[in-house]
Amino acid sequence: MTWSIYLNVVIQGVFTGLVYGLMALGLSVIFGVVRVVNFAHGEFAVVAMYVAFLLFRALGLDPLVTMLPIAALFFIVGFALQATLINSFVGRPEHDQFILLVGIAIIVLNGLLVLFGPDARPANLPYAFDSYAIGPVFIDKVRIYSAVAALAIASGLFAFFRYTATGTAIRACADNLTGAAVVGLNVKRLYAITFGIGLACVGAAGALMVTIADAAPSLGPAYTLLAFIIVIVGGLGSMAGALVGGLLIGVSEALSGFLIEPSMKSMFSFALLIAVLVLRPRGLMGRRA
Amino acid sequence: MIELWRGLEPRQRGLLLGLIVALVAAPVVADRYLLSVLTLILYFAYVGQAWNLMMGFAGQLSLGHALYVGLGAYVAALLWFWFGIGPWLGVFAAVAVAMAAGAIVGWLGFRFGVEGVYFALLTIAAAEFTRVAFDHLGFAGGSGGLFLPYEERRLGEWWNLRGGQLLFYYLALFLAAGGVVLAARLARSRLGYHWLAVREDERAARSLGIDAFRAKMTAVLVSSGMTAVGGVFYAFYYNNLFPGQIFDIGRSIELLLAPIVGGLGTVFGPVVGAFILTPLGEGLIALTQRLGIDAPGVKAIFYGLTLVVIIYVRPSGVWPWLARLLGVGGRAP
Repeated sequence: MTWSIYLNVVIQGVFTGLVYGLMALGLSVIFGVVRVVNFAHGEFAVVAMYVAFLLFRALGLDPLVTMLPIAALFFIVGFALQATLINSFVGRPEHDQFILLVGIAIIVLNGLLVLFGPDARPANLPYAFDSYAIGPVFIDKVRIYSAVAALAIASGLFAFFRYTATGTAIRACADNLTGAAVVGLNVKRLYAITFGIGLACVGAAGALMVTIADAAPSLGPAYTLLAFIIVIVGGLGSMAGALVGGLLIGVSEALSGFLIEPSMKSMFSFALLIAVLVLRPRGLMGRRA
Repeated sequence: MIELWRGLEPRQRGLLLGLIVALVAAPVVADRYLLSVLTLILYFAYVGQAWNLMMGFAGQLSLGHALYVGLGAYVAALLWFWFGIGPWLGVFAAVAVAMAAGAIVGWLGFRFGVEGVYFALLTIAAAEFTRVAFDHLGFAGGSGGLFLPYEERRLGEWWNLRGGQLLFYYLALFLAAGGVVLAARLARSRLGYHWLAVREDERAARSLGIDAFRAKMTAVLVSSGMTAVGGVFYAFYYNNLFPGQIFDIGRSIELLLAPIVGGLGTVFGPVVGAFILTPLGEGLIALTQRLGIDAPGVKAIFYGLTLVVIIYVRPSGVWPWLARLLGVGGRAP
């Protein structure tokens, strides 16, 4: 009987991990191309959570539906942010970029705190407690839906980078910036598009997150760190690595929360991060250190 | 110290002397509230200086300095709480523990070539790991916090840091001044030049025979030890400690605001930054309270905006510009 409990926990972890992975994918894409570390990543995810939450409460719109317009909105925000502010920081010392984004993160986080207060807001979806039973395994409906949505968006993104002209151009920027500029690519515009795509991932992931967690400002720094852990475990700059890292962290969090104490589960993630940083800094699937 | 004084130009001497006299005499005119703000300014100038030594001089970005503040605070507070060992002794244990933690973080980072952003993440991970660990340490109060007893009869025991605002003000002044002197001395020492070389170009520094690993390790050790003293101050000034507050990443960021705004890698940057930021933050709180707005995030939003604006407009900080303005920029320390 016990193995089926473990199986349940692992499967839950896998589904949650895919949503984490989508969020981390945004961070990975931004770093892989623009070479700027988005330190406000989790904060933006929480903004998306609140937007989805408000749309659901006020208009009754399902987060699985509002996910797409929210992603579009976040694309615009990301594009504008990169075009106006962050582009002038590309090529400046790492700590300068870092401080800029930490500043943005502080503003976003505390803006949420002023607007919504510190309390957690549960969305209470009508089907939140429905689940499918496959033999001894019970799977929450919301987790399946959001995991499928996360996978769909991620594969859409893979296709975009692989098969479209803009996607190819962005990959060219990531591979060889000088070469990309020489053949006449508008690097600044491509950077802005990339940052937009990164934030769109966050927007979609945040909307999905509402189905499995309560929105609260304090989640911002926690999600930023989570995204970092995932991306570094998977390999910073590797898209597949972000999803694999998401799965790994999702499962390890679920298992350690189940086996030990839920409040101690993040300790394992941090220990894992330290171990990966020290032993294999390019991550499991990263190309270079 | 005399050497440092001799190295200053007359104008610099005058300004410095004026500042010292003003700060020493401040309690004569300042009321309790103003004194508490000044104490806070000097505290941030001190811990900012500690962070500045590591980032500004040696170029190692730490975003987990809350780890050293927290360890220093907890070690001294626990020694006092359980064994009645006063902070004047406890501070040595606090510094030792924090330096040991710094040595671990530094060794992991520098031995395995974890650099830049990755090193910053390593420092965050170490602080967060310790935060969660302290949440579950029963003898340290866990997540419910540790409270130092406030006893009337011990109030006069200044050697045990049991006293009023005035005691803590002068202690903070002593720490901040000590930090400036230490930074000024280090900046002109062999070690200081090694740090600068490593910061500017580690490979070039190595090729000149500088032991970069050793230089970076000493930077972490000096910085973590200094920060721990700030932690001891914090513990006995506020008398309560919560892992979720003291090890929080927000603490680490709060602590690096002053040196960045003031000027990274300058001796007076952290002091100038603290004198700009803290009064502005306090003033903002007073203003929002007067307007009847109860918004706890407003001060932090302002800090965030300040960071963005400063790093956008004046990435080298306020002090180098201010020093030129005051005509002391010739050899601005």
